[in-house]
Amino acid sequence: MSDIEERVKKIVVEHLGVEEAKIQSDSKFIDDLGADSLDTVELVMAFEEEFGCEIPDDAAEKIVTLKDAVSYLTDNSN
Amino acid sequence: MFKDKKLLVTGGTGSIGGSICNYFNKNGCEEIFSTTTSLNKIKSEQDYIKFKELDFNNIENSNLDEILDFEVDYLVLNAGLNKDNIFLRMSLEDWNTVINVNLNSSFHLLKHFTKTMVKKRFGRIVFISSVVAHTGNPGQVNYTSSKAAISGLMKSLALELSSRNITVNCVAPGFIKSNMTDSLNETQKNVILNRIPMKKLGNPNDIARAVGFLCSENAEYITGQTLHVNGGLALI
Repeated sequence: MSDIEERVKKIVVEHLGVEEAKIQSDSKFIDDLGADSLDTVELVMAFEEEFGCEIPDDAAEKIVTLKDAVSYLTDNSN
Repeated sequence: MFKDKKLLVTGGTGSIGGSICNYFNKNGCEEIFSTTTSLNKIKSEQDYIKFKELDFNNIENSNLDEILDFEVDYLVLNAGLNKDNIFLRMSLEDWNTVINVNLNSSFHLLKHFTKTMVKKRFGRIVFISSVVAHTGNPGQVNYTSSKAAISGLMKSLALELSSRNITVNCVAPGFIKSNMTDSLNETQKNVILNRIPMKKLGNPNDIARAVGFLCSENAEYITGQTLHVNGGLALI
């Protein structure tokens, strides 16, 4: 597991209160992990803080799984 | 009552905005911010307020991250103006100015402040609406439209944010002694007084206390509501 994936997973576990073992890279935050739409906004804010980058709204809307987040942050984080 | 809390009241140089700042200051609010179109309007007794200069008619071109570089617990959207005329004589410019200042500015300010409220799991948002948003008023299609739209915005936002311990409400003043009603002549004032069951105009402090209530612990289970403060003028 990459360092980025590990950090993203830690944030998801903390924010959604789900067990790490239940998170697959293609689990959807809302459909599979019980997040509501505000949770996804908060996740994106937490990613921004952790990775020191700003995620614009149009990109944030496309981040619906762990894989999406890891791939965006791999390309865009400092 | 408001210990360790931070407040932003827009339009703090007006009668109602100034009175709200004063009420929160007297009740122990830690830090009070406000906005004004011109820093020259600030009165000497308002030195406890941290004023920021901001033109709501041009807010989309302002860098809010720079000008409003702080977080708040209480956000009171009070700034507003009226440009009255009968509809058939109303210019597009006067329509746009009122909608921009009274309604569109709220979009930008809420975008700026609600994220941190969500993160902190606490926020009190109070809009200063108006009785005429609910009754209509000849000569004010722009003003009543802006205030009625605020009512819809308030309700939807209340539903969206309630799970994060953020309440969103309106205070709807009737006729209050303020810079807005000062411009009325004696005849107009008498016509209004005859319509108010309490036979008197309200004081800005009546509005401030209603805002204070909605931000206090006493109102923690109240959201999506409009508190009418109008001396019985309209029972809605």
